[in-house]
Amino acid sequence: MIFLKAFIVGGLICALGQISMDKFKLVPIYITSLFVFLGAALDLFNAYDKLIEFSGAGASLPISSFGHSILHAALEKAEEVGYIGILTGVFNLSAAGIAAAIIFAFFGAVIFKPKG
Amino acid sequence: MDTKQQKLVQKVKKETEIKRPVFRNAVKAFFVGGTICLIGQIILEILMKTVGLEKELANAVMVTIMVFLGALLTCLGIYDKIGQFAGCGTIIPITGFANSMASAAIESKSEGVFLGIILNMFKLAGSVIVVGVLSAFIFGTLRYFIGI
Amino acid sequence: MKVGKQSVVLENVYLGETAVVTGPKEKNGPLGRYFDKTYDDLHCKADSWEKAEMQLLRDALEICLEKNKLDYSEVDCFIGGDLNNQIIIGNYVLRDYPFPYLGVFGACSTANEAIIVGSAFLEAGMGKRILVGTSSHNATSERQFRYPTEYGGQKPESLTFTVTAAGVALLQNEPATIRVSGFTAGKVIDAEFKDPLDMGRAMAPAAFDTLLQHFEDFGVGPDAYDLIVTGDLSYYGRDMVVRLFKEMDMDFSEKYKDCGLLIYDRDEQEVFAGGSGCGCCAAVTFGYLCSLLKEGQYKKILVVATGALLNSVITAQKESIPGIAHAVVLERMVP
Repeated sequence: MIFLKAFIVGGLICALGQISMDKFKLVPIYITSLFVFLGAALDLFNAYDKLIEFSGAGASLPISSFGHSILHAALEKAEEVGYIGILTGVFNLSAAGIAAAIIFAFFGAVIFKPKG
Repeated sequence: MDTKQQKLVQKVKKETEIKRPVFRNAVKAFFVGGTICLIGQIILEILMKTVGLEKELANAVMVTIMVFLGALLTCLGIYDKIGQFAGCGTIIPITGFANSMASAAIESKSEGVFLGIILNMFKLAGSVIVVGVLSAFIFGTLRYFIGI
Repeated sequence: MKVGKQSVVLENVYLGETAVVTGPKEKNGPLGRYFDKTYDDLHCKADSWEKAEMQLLRDALEICLEKNKLDYSEVDCFIGGDLNNQIIIGNYVLRDYPFPYLGVFGACSTANEAIIVGSAFLEAGMGKRILVGTSSHNATSERQFRYPTEYGGQKPESLTFTVTAAGVALLQNEPATIRVSGFTAGKVIDAEFKDPLDMGRAMAPAAFDTLLQHFEDFGVGPDAYDLIVTGDLSYYGRDMVVRLFKEMDMDFSEKYKDCGLLIYDRDEQEVFAGGSGCGCCAAVTFGYLCSLLKEGQYKKILVVATGALLNSVITAQKESIPGIAHAVVLERMVP
């Protein structure tokens, strides 16, 4: 079932991050950047697409999918228009996530107060 | 402190290294992270089957909803409590990205809308975008020219 | 009069009335009833975290003046500091007062640094009444040194929890129940600790060094005191100090406590390793320990405030975290 696979794969990716964080005493900001990098690296071998096929949101929700979709979009555009496509296409697939985060973070901060 | 005492300090420093509960934390991260992804998958299925969106659009809408939830829970002061329990279970999913932006924005609210909220929004999340684009550039160039 | 390498014996410095104002977590902790005023919410009815901390200090100043029945004109000066950049809390609060202000920075050891400087002035006859005070606030500290307060990052068990409190005390020449009998000013001690999330242990070597020097300078041992207290080493830092002294065949762990462990109940409250911050040592010393001295539960105590002298820029440059510890002797005068 896709639901079970999403749960397990998503959980495993998070557990992997947690173990790296605890074993190497890293701060969260290193972990997110590392996973974005890994997501892009896996997309280099088309492996991340297969992971998303297999586990759906289990692979498309973790931040590693951000790295994957950035590289994916860049390469897609590059295939269309040539090398410069790496630059022009880079945000095509991840635009929704970034735009949504900016918009919701902004309005949230305007409306709410920090609680400490 | 003489040299003998300095050596003593280094010795006791090694002896008192604080160990983190690696396994317990990993299990908590697994369950919470898995649950967040499960919720995302359920939303995705609803969007595709009930609302009838095609795959790419459904994914974009699902991501938008998850980002909204991350930002909302952050602003309600709940996300940090879940995060303390779950560690990477809440940092790694895209809700963590929304949390890093919303928390930085809301914290700086006291400096006003521009110098506070707007200027500080990417304080924590910036690294994700920079690393992402750099990785895409390096790997993209490799793939384009060497055709891996 | 200077004794030994780093210490001074004082003849003419006493502690008047003190004032401590805290936030909700401290109010709900084991020492809640020893504080003069507490707030139920971290905002302390102010518009920002920084202004909330200013409110704490302002309240503590006012309550201290009131308890000592002093007019503003009778105060010679205020010496104090906090953890914020440019010790901004004191800078702004003292705008409203007509006496001189000497800002000092000792990180979380600021309370004792202020007492040391104030005592030196009074002993030299340069004044009769000097206010010393410090503050810290959990949110201003998190914001400046770590992450936004709503960030979902996981805090490890080694972390110390910044206390939201301000403590102000009056130092005076006029004899009073509690005398400041002496002090030992600390050196900067760097034991190569690099993890800013492990501050308690990073400061332990400084406490160890100052204690050793204090015993040497005064020619006494731990037996001279009913209680020895460190400012904010909390659970792991205190454990390290105990071990260090055990290695030297000294064990005073029975009478050795830490303010970070006194101000919170680690089992009931989510405070990780214990309390920290300038306000930690100030609140516990001025609120709780002074009460116990007055009541006669203790006769002579040694308070060793500890501080970690880092900032985020230098830590990012892969530098280690130096610590410092300042010791002050408080003694009950038998009438």
